[in-house]
Amino acid sequence: MIGAGTWLLLASWMDARMWWALPLLVATSLVYSATRHELTRDILIGAARVFVMGVIFMALIFGLLWLVR
Amino acid sequence: MVQIEIDLEDGHPLHIDLRNPYRAALFAWLWPGAGHFYQGRFTKGFLFMICVLSLFFIGLAIGRGRVVYASTARNDFRWQYFLQAGAGLPAAPALIQSIKTRGGSDPFFVLCERYPPNYGGDSGNWDVQPFHRLPAEARLPSHVRTLKDGFMAPPAGEIDPDNNDVLGMWHSEMRHWFDIGTVFTVVAGILNILAVYDAFNGPLIVTPAMRRQMAERRAARKRKKGES
Repeated sequence: MIGAGTWLLLASWMDARMWWALPLLVATSLVYSATRHELTRDILIGAARVFVMGVIFMALIFGLLWLVR
Repeated sequence: MVQIEIDLEDGHPLHIDLRNPYRAALFAWLWPGAGHFYQGRFTKGFLFMICVLSLFFIGLAIGRGRVVYASTARNDFRWQYFLQAGAGLPAAPALIQSIKTRGGSDPFFVLCERYPPNYGGDSGNWDVQPFHRLPAEARLPSHVRTLKDGFMAPPAGEIDPDNNDVLGMWHSEMRHWFDIGTVFTVVAGILNILAVYDAFNGPLIVTPAMRRQMAERRAARKRKKGES
């Protein structure tokens, strides 16, 4: 059985407002990585790494807020 | 002409021609990516231009053209504009609007009008009114002037935290979109400042030599700790 908390979590994920963080994170990752690399391949690899770290960081903050709410 | 050489991981040197770094930095600030185009670094130029400008204009559209404005008025010091101005020329109309509206003049590119407090002399109707289709001023007595929302212009009239004002109306009409739009445009400005630095100084690549130096420093610190 899926608990009420999980349903609420899923509902929050579906909240349209949260998806606005995605373009912000993509642009931030690309620009940050581009200031640390010069070659396109390195920029993209670096951006992917920063993007994953950003998603993990945001998920942690989300989880923390979920716990203290 | 300034040229830099960076040793890559695979041992090959990478030459970057920064041309005139001061001029490149100025171009990069004025229009995101322009400094890199000037240096012939087209891929990065396109990347900076697309990322920074799309964030800026998406933010501006979300905020209905009102989230980027310059104001040092009492109760409305718009500190976010200092960061938004990092995006260069796209943020410049806000400065022009700020100068234009100083002293109570109407802004350029009026988006809507609002009836001011007590516009009909009715003391029971103090609040600033929601927006009205143009031209609203023509329907009022000749001595009454409406409060006009302008594209990238500061909120018209007095900003009073204890009463309803135009800034309050913006927040009430746009709800969280005002904040999301502000965040997008502020982040665009900050990212362009990073791009300006890249145009001026080249990328902050951590080279194998720098990595070796860092490892040596770490080892030296550990040795010192072990001795003490």
